[in-house]
Amino acid sequence: MSTATLETAPADPPAPRRRSGLLHAAWRHGRTKAGVIIVGLVVVVAIAGPFLSPYSPTEPVGPPNSTGVEESLFGTDGIGRDVFSRFLHGGYTLIGIAVLAALGGVAAGAVIGIVAGYLRGWLDEFLMRTNDMVLAFPQLVLALLVMSIIGPQVWLIVLLIGGSHASRVARVAREATLKVIEQDFIKSAEAIGLPRWRIMATEILPNISSPLLVELGLRITYSVGLIATLSFLGMGLQPPTADWGLMINENRVAVTVQPWAVALPVGAVALLTIGANLITDGLSRASIGIDRGVEE
Amino acid sequence: MTRLILQRLFYGLLTLFVVSLVVFLATQALPGDAARAMLGRDATPERLTALREQLNLNDPVAVQYGKWIAGLFVLNLGESFANAMPVAEYLGPRVSSSVALMALAAIVATPIAVAIGAYSALRRDRAADHATSMVTLITAAVPEFAVGILLVLVFATGSLQLFPAVFAGSSEAVLESPEQLVLPVATLVIAVSPPIIRMMRASMIEVLESEYVQQARLKGLPERTVIWRHAAPNAIGPVAQVIAVQLGWLAGGVVAIEFLFRFPGVGMALMDAIDNRDIPVIQAVTLLIAAIYIVVNLLADIVGLAANPKVRVSSR
Repeated sequence: MSTATLETAPADPPAPRRRSGLLHAAWRHGRTKAGVIIVGLVVVVAIAGPFLSPYSPTEPVGPPNSTGVEESLFGTDGIGRDVFSRFLHGGYTLIGIAVLAALGGVAAGAVIGIVAGYLRGWLDEFLMRTNDMVLAFPQLVLALLVMSIIGPQVWLIVLLIGGSHASRVARVAREATLKVIEQDFIKSAEAIGLPRWRIMATEILPNISSPLLVELGLRITYSVGLIATLSFLGMGLQPPTADWGLMINENRVAVTVQPWAVALPVGAVALLTIGANLITDGLSRASIGIDRGVEE
Repeated sequence: MTRLILQRLFYGLLTLFVVSLVVFLATQALPGDAARAMLGRDATPERLTALREQLNLNDPVAVQYGKWIAGLFVLNLGESFANAMPVAEYLGPRVSSSVALMALAAIVATPIAVAIGAYSALRRDRAADHATSMVTLITAAVPEFAVGILLVLVFATGSLQLFPAVFAGSSEAVLESPEQLVLPVATLVIAVSPPIIRMMRASMIEVLESEYVQQARLKGLPERTVIWRHAAPNAIGPVAQVIAVQLGWLAGGVVAIEFLFRFPGVGMALMDAIDNRDIPVIQAVTLLIAAIYIVVNLLADIVGLAANPKVRVSSR
């Protein structure tokens, strides 16, 4: 996912020197390297998995809950499907939805934060108060309430998780914007009559890209956790889809007989979130360091 | 400072109002006739009429909301669809068992996390500090249900069958079987601790570098006194807010953990109610969790204001 994160990041307009500086500085931390390796491993399994899986993820191949059968590496699940095949198929939906929700949330949050921070006035007040309302509702419980009424849908998951991320990102983006607009190049851009949307898009956005990149990493970590939790609660992806969270939900009653069907997806989710958080930590350390170097 | 607190209180109440509106409108969002949507196709006309009566569906929306809110204040939350019990009576014992679970987690987590954070600060940049920082980074990232399952895999299956994987027992007497509480409480402790540890470490490092700690050392006080009498009490202030926020998080975080361990609390009740489309119970539980979350965050805000010397002094 690291590569996905970094490739998809150009949602922000380019700020080549600054960005590569941040990534370089982040790379120097050992934890960033460890994170990239861990995340890369899980992502490779998730993307290449469907092509490598020995059986269909949704068809029974043997007696239920068996382990140590010769033809199947990790045995079968509660209704006789191959655990390893389901595991190999179960990652890309989770990762795809998580990255989508995080990207959407960071993009929306960045727009809200920049607009609120630059235009100020009643709009700022209104946006930030609405934000506080959204923040006051526990993320998971809000998602459960809405999904229990409308029904579990993928677009709804992206919308709910992305939306609750947006209000958290908006706070960070607004703070960063407030720091940037005090500087001279903004005043000079205003003096030559650049339209306000151009100032926001080409002057402010590139200069808050470091905190936004850190936020993106953090939001991807949380998205993976939240979406896996929703699936685990039976409120995410629906059967017979092969999905890591759903696999844990389906097989947890038989955890003593067939631990692999739970251990594999839990291990993958845990590694993915740990790796993403290691990268985020590396980025945030680098971003603090760089800010110091540039501004002082 | 009083003005700031009153302002927070006002926004807290406003937020509660908006949240109650969202929870109430959940029933309105059901397609078509809410009563039919809830009861399904084969509902008898008598049940439909009774439910319309219970939900006041014949009144205008604003009146429905008013009656619903008025009912909340006298604990009249309607009747559960799934088991025909009044919601308040059904949820009562579940609320107390959830509170017991959260209280246990809070009592265990807070002192341990504060102590680890302080120790980490004292050993700054040594091996123990690096190890703590790595462990908190890892535990902060992994979703809490995954932590719970990993604990189950290690301690409840295979060779180490120390604790039961799921909770067996009624919601009336959860404290009578402590060995069943170990894994759920441990999971919650691992889930809430990392931010407290990190904040305590940061706060303690700042205090240890301050002039009054240096002064205390220079006048020859034993290191133990310097740490426990001078440093630690001053480092706790900023941490209190983080602790409060984490306890508020518990109210929502408990849902997945109760579901995992089949612990008979409000979270389990919520998941059962979602399965049965038991709307009155869903509304009651989501409102309860959101209210706890909002109130605790409000308290955290006020604690934060009180602990911030700038705010305290400026009011004088």
